[in-house]
Amino acid sequence: MNANATPITNVANTVTPPGPPLWLLAEVTYKCPLHCVFCYNPVDYAQTGPELSTEDWLRVLREARAAGSVQCGFSGGEPLVRDDLEILVAEAHRLGFYTNLLTSGVGLTEARAAALKQAGLDHVQLSFQDSTKELNDFLSHTKTFDLKRRTADLIKSHDWPMVLNCVIHRLNIDYIEQIIDLAVELGAEYLELANSQYYSWAELNRDHLLPSREQLERAERVTNACREKYGDKIRIIFVVPDYYEKRPKKCMNGWGNVFLTVTPDGTALPCHTAKMLKGITFPSVRNMGVSDIWYQSKAFNFYRGDSWMKDPCRTCHDKEKDLGGCRCQALMLTGDAANADPVCDKSPMHHRVTEAVAYAQIPDGQRENVKPLVFRDLKNSRLPML
Amino acid sequence: MSTVPVAQLSDEQAVQDLQACPRVAKMFKLQWEEVQQSWVLLYPEGMVKLNGSAGEIMSRLDGNTSIQTLISTLEQQFETTGLQADVLDFLTIAKRQGWVKL
Repeated sequence: MNANATPITNVANTVTPPGPPLWLLAEVTYKCPLHCVFCYNPVDYAQTGPELSTEDWLRVLREARAAGSVQCGFSGGEPLVRDDLEILVAEAHRLGFYTNLLTSGVGLTEARAAALKQAGLDHVQLSFQDSTKELNDFLSHTKTFDLKRRTADLIKSHDWPMVLNCVIHRLNIDYIEQIIDLAVELGAEYLELANSQYYSWAELNRDHLLPSREQLERAERVTNACREKYGDKIRIIFVVPDYYEKRPKKCMNGWGNVFLTVTPDGTALPCHTAKMLKGITFPSVRNMGVSDIWYQSKAFNFYRGDSWMKDPCRTCHDKEKDLGGCRCQALMLTGDAANADPVCDKSPMHHRVTEAVAYAQIPDGQRENVKPLVFRDLKNSRLPML
Repeated sequence: MSTVPVAQLSDEQAVQDLQACPRVAKMFKLQWEEVQQSWVLLYPEGMVKLNGSAGEIMSRLDGNTSIQTLISTLEQQFETTGLQADVLDFLTIAKRQGWVKL
């Protein structure tokens, strides 16, 4: 399209009004008993403001539901750390949300499971913990297995569908068959093998976490063999790391299109990592209603449509398909969130991705000056370098 | 989050028994969404938005009503005839997607 020949009235950004915020992710706390090196919570989460109160969350749930949200995920941190979780789930259920609990299982006692069932919780997604620390006892079926077994039994005994989520990375990808076998043994309906995406803590630890091409290909082969072996018994979803792609993902299905994240302090975000975009002031549910946040706020309109795009995205035939990829990834790897996501091989900065991929092919033993893994904890979160 | 797929149906999985009484599968929650003006199926972390006729069929499945009765009810309500093939086609898709149990 020749933009110069287009009448000015047509150049104006014609944004189709977005649909409702179908997905509400309620990050009720950043507190977490775990210290996962791939956590997507902000690396400076220690500096976050006070958590929303029960009353605040109840209001957010009502406003979001009125605006058309149907899926509600209770996440964190570890959401079970909040002792008002049952109250929030009950209200979400009463309002007609489909309610999902995204948990590590730590803190899910029989009493709390029963209370959550009574509150109307629809589904539990159980995630594996930090497998770097527990790889050994995980593989030897000791401590971790016992916790997961207990939690899985609780989930089953309350008749919840169970999705098991395991973040896959360089340090555990070679054990994917054992992970799948364990998921089957635990009775999970779905298993998400989600390759780590390189945001926040995972970005700090990227060189430790990005698998080699050989590891990745082997893991896909093993996964396919397991799919055949287990058939309908379990549905396995394998998400490849986008660093190995040539075209970027349509991140969050579009900015401010489907997803609304509310962080523990009440900041409303179009995705769970968008807070890193320091140039945008994100609204707070403390002083703006959900509908206004979604439809009116400057932040949620910032990257809607395509008028913000630069080349090569602006003139790309695929711009509708992937919307230029991920704004956070563009910022992290190119310094400007409005650039093309450098996963795209049309990006002039694509080498930032291929360099990381090239480094991932070097065996661990042959690497020099390796920085230690940075664990997600309060102490590290307060370090000025992060 | 998808709309109902239009698929070519193979015979061996086709729903044919008019006396069967389908119900919405346990994993799914069916509800009317005012904002979307449509019936939706909700499941762990996902949603299927049903089109008009799919919603009319799904919202009448209770595990006690036979497909035969369902067809008669729909034909009466919409003052038409010959809905049997469409209803059976849809139920075949819905069964294959795991949305309904027979």
